[in-house]
Amino acid sequence: MNSAEHAVRARGLVKRYGDKRALDGFDLTVEHGTVHGLLGPNGAGKTTAVRILATLLRLDGGRAEVGGVDVVRDARAVRGRIGLTGQYAAVDEILTGRQNLEMFGRLFHLGGGQAARRAAELLEQFDLTAAADKGAGQYSGGMRRRLDLAASMILAPSVLFLDEPTTGLDPRSRSEVWESVRSLVASGTSVLLTTQYLEEADRLASRITVIDQGRAIADDTPDGLKATVGSSHLEVVVTEAADLPAVVKAVARVADGEPETVDAERRVQAAVTDRVAALTDVARTLQDEGIAVEDIGLRRPSLDDVFLRLTGDRPAEESAGDETGAAA
Amino acid sequence: MSDVTTTGGIAPVTPVPHGRAYWAVADTLNITRRYLTHFRRQPINIAWQLGFPIISVLLYGFVFGEAMKVPGGEGDYKDFLMPGMFVMTMAFGFMNTAMGVVTDASKGVIDRFRSMPMAPSAVSAGRGLSDIVVACAELTILALTAVAIGWRPDNGVLNAIAAFALLLLLRFSLIWVGVWLGLVVPTPEAAGGLYAVAFPLTMISSVFVAPSLMPDWLAPIAAWNPVSSTGTAARELFGNPGAGGSSWVEQNAVLMGVVWPLVVTAVFLPLAVRRFKRLSR
Ligand SMILES: Nc1ncnc2c1ncn2[C@@H]1O[C@H](COP(=O)(O)OP(=O)(O)OP(=O)(O)O)[C@@H](O)[C@H]1O
Ligand SMILES: [Mg+2]
Repeated sequence: MNSAEHAVRARGLVKRYGDKRALDGFDLTVEHGTVHGLLGPNGAGKTTAVRILATLLRLDGGRAEVGGVDVVRDARAVRGRIGLTGQYAAVDEILTGRQNLEMFGRLFHLGGGQAARRAAELLEQFDLTAAADKGAGQYSGGMRRRLDLAASMILAPSVLFLDEPTTGLDPRSRSEVWESVRSLVASGTSVLLTTQYLEEADRLASRITVIDQGRAIADDTPDGLKATVGSSHLEVVVTEAADLPAVVKAVARVADGEPETVDAERRVQAAVTDRVAALTDVARTLQDEGIAVEDIGLRRPSLDDVFLRLTGDRPAEESAGDETGAAA
Repeated sequence: MSDVTTTGGIAPVTPVPHGRAYWAVADTLNITRRYLTHFRRQPINIAWQLGFPIISVLLYGFVFGEAMKVPGGEGDYKDFLMPGMFVMTMAFGFMNTAMGVVTDASKGVIDRFRSMPMAPSAVSAGRGLSDIVVACAELTILALTAVAIGWRPDNGVLNAIAAFALLLLLRFSLIWVGVWLGLVVPTPEAAGGLYAVAFPLTMISSVFVAPSLMPDWLAPIAAWNPVSSTGTAARELFGNPGAGGSSWVEQNAVLMGVVWPLVVTAVFLPLAVRRFKRLSR
């Protein structure tokens, strides 16, 4: 398709809103034919980054290329090879699903016949044929999302930007969207996916960039990111809160560091290295002491742990909101 | 850098090669077609958009027709009123433009267009063209209704055509006001509040009453209202009784019926374009 080394390459992106830097030296590299997750709390700059790469926003500094084409100097050429699904479904709610896809197809310069044929194919592919001639305004959230995805697929883009494609969808619609994304990637499209759902990034992405306050603070595979948090966790939940001190003592003997207690959930957790030995040891001790255990088990570190570790326990939403207020 | 792409074994999709000018026109027509399809999809909107002026014509014609006298002149109030109804319908049209634009902007449809390789100008040009097509339909239906209840333009065909042309020119200039407003207001709900502005703007004019019958402070505002100029010019050209008036602007209504829309366009077209470009800031 093109000889560019990367599907997306961004270096030192800066975007200012007044005094606020929505992007502050943001770097990103997306390899061809992969799903790349862009993960970050509210206000981190995910949407801003996507909008710059999709030529919707001008940047204040840095350089970005999509498929080797500069997004500023040759915006039109970039538009010919990307698809964009924004944070909410951008379809015409009065037109039918088919009319939407045919209109977008003609605006992608396919010509009438080709646009109609492509619309039919996409309706089939996204399981919308039965509802094809109903108004998009009557579609469910999941169907509208799929129509939106279909519209961004009309030209079979080499890079597809998905900004929180499953926010607000029920679990079934969510897995349908995931299925669509997987089949796209199988056909050669590269995807940049922003999400707040760690599970989503974990399932779909082969590489993840964590963004916070306009900067990339980590870039790794999901497993690599998890490894940065280290070993497994041992968790014990007891029936009686009064038993917590005894549990802490039992866990402390096998833990890597200080065990952590969550009083409200009557839970004690700690990082452990020798997983099975630690589990058996603690289980036996608690049984010997006659402590009623509700739940005990080992947990692999989740991306949540990674995320919290990297971004700190700062309440992200509040700080972002305050800054918006100040900038406006 | 080939433009031919394939999707998982499905037939390839090939954009048709043409020059930029060709696509600017074709894209505009496709956007126009989109808005006109809205009427086909929701015929009730036709009833709203065309039914309201028709009902107004009938209502004002029959309810007030007998009670009202042509301000300061001879003739039938119906003949005075009809050109006023035409111009009012044209003037209110900017609300439809603004609503269409703000709905697209807030739903992300404009962003989708902007992320596509189409001509950016087509987004507003297509909207404007569809507005003009709708305005032509509105005027046709209004005029037929007016004729049905006894309104007569009796100044020749050419003058009548000129009157309709001035009405469309006013509508054309207000497209850009509508596009600009649609990009300025944040939500369709907020845009609804614009009716509070639109209503006095059309009422403080010569549409229903002669400015000379208004309070001294209001009369010049009404006389200089672009809506009045088009209205007075249309009455003149249709050969219908006018609102009289001795001020310069009332004496030169046809001239002002051309000048005002050009001024409005000269101000608001660049404002709308600037606002559109500012979307990328
Ligand atoms: N048009 C704007 N004017 C002023 N500030 C803005 C504007 N757009 C974004 N910002 C600010 O820039 C920062 C990044 O916003 P952005 O929308 O990119 O975040 P995000 O990661 O997509 O967040 P979310 O998860 O909530 O969608 C935020 O602090 C936001 O308040
Ligand atoms: Mg966002």
